[in-house]
Order: sequence, then C-alpha cells, then structure tokens
Amino acid sequence: MDMRTPLGKVRGLGSAKSGTEHFWKVRTTSVALVPLLLFYVVFLVIYAGKPYADVISALSNPFIATINALTIIASIVHMKLGMEEIVQDYIHSEVTKVVLLMLNSFFSYVIGGLCLIAALKIAFVG
Amino acid sequence: MANVTNNRPLSPHLQIYKFVPTMAMSIVHRITGGALYFGTVLVAAWLIAAASGEQAFNTVNWFFGSFIGKLILFGYTWAILHHTIGGLRHLMWDLGYGFEKEFSTKLAKASLVASIVLTLLVWAVVLIVR
Repeated sequence: MDMRTPLGKVRGLGSAKSGTEHFWKVRTTSVALVPLLLFYVVFLVIYAGKPYADVISALSNPFIATINALTIIASIVHMKLGMEEIVQDYIHSEVTKVVLLMLNSFFSYVIGGLCLIAALKIAFVG
Repeated sequence: MANVTNNRPLSPHLQIYKFVPTMAMSIVHRITGGALYFGTVLVAAWLIAAASGEQAFNTVNWFFGSFIGKLILFGYTWAILHHTIGGLRHLMWDLGYGFEKEFSTKLAKASLVASIVLTLLVWAVVLIVR
C-alpha cells in the first residue's frame, strides 16, 4: 500500500524542482525594483556625464548609497530568477540545463559582488 | 519508451498562432529581460570605474558619452522602461485583473507606446539638463 500523499509525490518534481517560492521571489523583487529603478533612472539623468568628484560625492551620500546597494541586490536576485526561468523553458537536455543554471548563478553573483563592493567602497572610502 | 515520447502530439508553437499584440509584448518582455541581464555588465563597469579612481571613471564616461555608448544607453533605457511597464502589467494579472481580450490588447499596445514616449522623455530631459 502506498502511504504517500498525492502532494508528497509531486513535491520537488517539475523542471525547476520548486515553484511557489521562485514565483513569489520574482514578484517581490519586481515590486521592490519599481521605486528603486525610478530613483536610479532619475539619479542617472541628473548625474550622467557629470565630473568624477560630483558623482562620487553623490554616491557616497548615505541615502543614495543605501538605495544603490538595495537596487543592486534586488536586481541581481530578480535577473538570476528570470534567467533560470528562460533556461528551464528552452533547454531540454538535463546536462546543458544544469550547466547553464550554474553559469547563471556564477554570472549573477560575480556581477552582483563586483557592483556591491564598488558601491560600498565609494560609500565608505570615496 | 523513447518511441512513445517521440510519437506524442506536440502542443502548438509560435508558427501556429496568429500574431497578436499581447503575444508580441510577452516576447519583447522576455527579450528585454535577457538584454537587461547582460546589460548589468555596463552598470558594473561604471560602478567599478567610479570606485577605482578618476582616470578609470573618465575612460568609462568617455565611452558612454560616445555615439555608440549613447546608442547602447538609449536602448538600455527603453529596455528597462519596457520591462518595468510589462512587469506592472504582469502584477495586475497576478492580482486577477485585466484578462478581458479587448482590454489586454489595448494595454499591450499602450505599453509599447508608453515605453517609447517615456524613453524619449528621459533623453529629452538628459539633453536639456546638460
């Protein structure tokens, strides 16, 4: 006799091995990114082409530095999840899929790490 | 077993469907998402240059100020605005609103127009401010 519930049998299956959490994280980061990116765009509109000293003094303002860091974190999480979805949709070979998902994680976290350290360096050291 | 899977009927794909605005915007949403993914390299380059010092910053700034740099940034602006507007549309659908055929078609067209208008507006402001 099978003692497992129908839910227990399907948990962890599917192309992504998890679903709701992925969906929820994409939505949460997307909601967060709406105001963050609006701020970012306005900031860039003001500071695009400005001299080095002006940009650094603006980026080291604690308020702007916080928004900068939060935007980087939310963007990296959002884009990593988004690319996971694309890979899971179009790549049907298990090996290629696993390799691309790993490369996606590496790319996202390397870019995220570089951006974050740069943002923090500017914020603390100038 | 392989035979069984091979003979299964496939679900209809792109070439079967009539091309409609909602479908086009869905495709563009994914493409802009992919473009923004790789576009983060530009943001990283800008931030790292700013953190490295004045010389590196000026080099990157020179590139973004060049014709090709501006063209890339213009495309980036549109991609980010289009993806954001598309995302807002998705949030509306997630909440259970806006599935009516005529409305969603209108909204798909409007989102394309809005993304282009906003992009031009942002760049007009950039050029006026400078």
